Amino acid sequence: MGKKQYLLYMVQIHTNFRLAELESLADLFNLDIDFSKYDANSPFFFLELDNDEQARQWIKRSILTKAIYEYWGHGQTLDSLHDTIKQTPGFQERCKQFKNSSFKFEFENYQGGKKKDMATKVKQMESFKYLEFEGKIDLKNPQEIYTLIEEYAPAFGKAAPTVPLSYIFGRFVGSSDRSAMERYDLKKRPYKGTTSFEAELSLVSANIAQVKPGTLMYDPFAGTGSFLTAGGHFGALVIGSDIDGRMIRGKGANTDIKSNFRFYQESEKFLDVLTMDFTHNALRSNLVLDTILCDPPYGIRESIKILGARDPERFAGKEDIVIDGQKAFLRKDYIPTKKPYSLDSLLDDLLRYSAARLPIGGRLAFWMPTANDENVETIIPLHSNLELKYNCVQEFNKWSRRLLVYINRGDSFKGPTNGGQKRSPSNFRERYFTHFTK
Amino acid sequence: MKFLTTNFLKCSVQACDTSNDNFPLSYDGSKCQLEQDESIEFNPEFLVNILDRVEWSAILQVAADLGNTSLPPNKPIFEDKNSLNEDDMAILRDLHILLIQTSIVEGEMKCKNCGHTYYIKNSIPNLLLPPHLA
Repeated sequence: MGKKQYLLYMVQIHTNFRLAELESLADLFNLDIDFSKYDANSPFFFLELDNDEQARQWIKRSILTKAIYEYWGHGQTLDSLHDTIKQTPGFQERCKQFKNSSFKFEFENYQGGKKKDMATKVKQMESFKYLEFEGKIDLKNPQEIYTLIEEYAPAFGKAAPTVPLSYIFGRFVGSSDRSAMERYDLKKRPYKGTTSFEAELSLVSANIAQVKPGTLMYDPFAGTGSFLTAGGHFGALVIGSDIDGRMIRGKGANTDIKSNFRFYQESEKFLDVLTMDFTHNALRSNLVLDTILCDPPYGIRESIKILGARDPERFAGKEDIVIDGQKAFLRKDYIPTKKPYSLDSLLDDLLRYSAARLPIGGRLAFWMPTANDENVETIIPLHSNLELKYNCVQEFNKWSRRLLVYINRGDSFKGPTNGGQKRSPSNFRERYFTHFTK
Repeated sequence: MKFLTTNFLKCSVQACDTSNDNFPLSYDGSKCQLEQDESIEFNPEFLVNILDRVEWSAILQVAADLGNTSLPPNKPIFEDKNSLNEDDMAILRDLHILLIQTSIVEGEMKCKNCGHTYYIKNSIPNLLLPPHLA
């Protein structure tokens, strides 16, 4: 069977992440998609697929798209749209295939255009009479939905354009998972904190990391569990750890990470959160972790710390202290001391750990902030077993953060490495608090 | 901490990695308080996938630590993961109750190699180490 033409209608937000999401989902479902016509500046992507099932599967978990349509036609005016609809190969067959299906029409505007009144809608619908649909019009439960998308030029000043740049017409095939953004909105989440990661980009991260149903996902810097939540949404069993027990404990039985999962009715996806120093890891070393997804601490709110004494001499012999007949360090209320650690070393550890624990083809995805200095090159950490697949930047005013995504290729990959080197040019925390003026 | 997690945790002390006694940790049954959360939904396909990651001998050891010696000696095998029969479902339901619904709310666990004790408080295990073991 020949390929069919489809139209993907995308959102014009986080376009630095959009292609990575679409490619990752295509790869996840083994779909061979030609991205050569993809344009980061356009909300429309015209492409070919084998069938509707492929289209639905590809887009159903996407966050940065709206919907996918079977392409029927595209024109600068309504008249030329009708001409292309009639001339597009397969037109007769399509009309015949859906001749008796119940249907309705929907109208979408891309940036601008007025809300249409009923008279205009009816007039536009009537111009499609030549399709000769005989099925009944059903506004509630139609078998098919036909969508007319009007694309407008961006508004300059007060004069918003009233005439569309172009018209696109298609049959609705499947919607994306963009509504998950609302569902996981931090505003509505029972337990969150100052370090919670926004819903939209945490879900996008989980898509690019290819979190899969029935697999194991680990977040070594879980905090309030933002990425665990995103991973659970896409069906993985999630486990998290954090050196800071206060974060993962939450604020009581109904305001913690576990209760967030209960709130989303995904309790079975939540395994546990552990109070643990990632660099002194207690997950058994032969446990395969399918995905590692995290936002490591960058020392903005607190400096980076791991277990151990900053000044070992001061702690010499303290292991012998006894309180009430019990070694102090074995008591339930013992709080171990921590020492500062460098970001470079922490990320080296993260890459080394991922290379050891991920299956071949498994993905590590993490966020890394950088200052937007034009003269300082950002050095991305590299490991010889890991292929750096994506480096997606989100720009803020004076700094930016990037999602780095790696694929474990195993020992034979022998890629470039920069472990053990000093990569970070300056102390991000200090610079953040001095507003990047130094 | 869910029972399943006991199957993933070893001792945090790096020196113990050369020993075979750092996994599973040993659980003090007299000090472990268990709880069952029946609200966690049963998802057989999901559980079958996760069972691939489970080391059965460690399940047996921890179950025995906690007073359950009635588990089958070998890991249940499912002939066809895509069409589970009634017997499979009965086994999976039991495993769901044990691995996913049962958790240790308060308790103690110990490394069989170095003897270090870790605590579980409010269902969260604390695997941090004092400086002389870090």
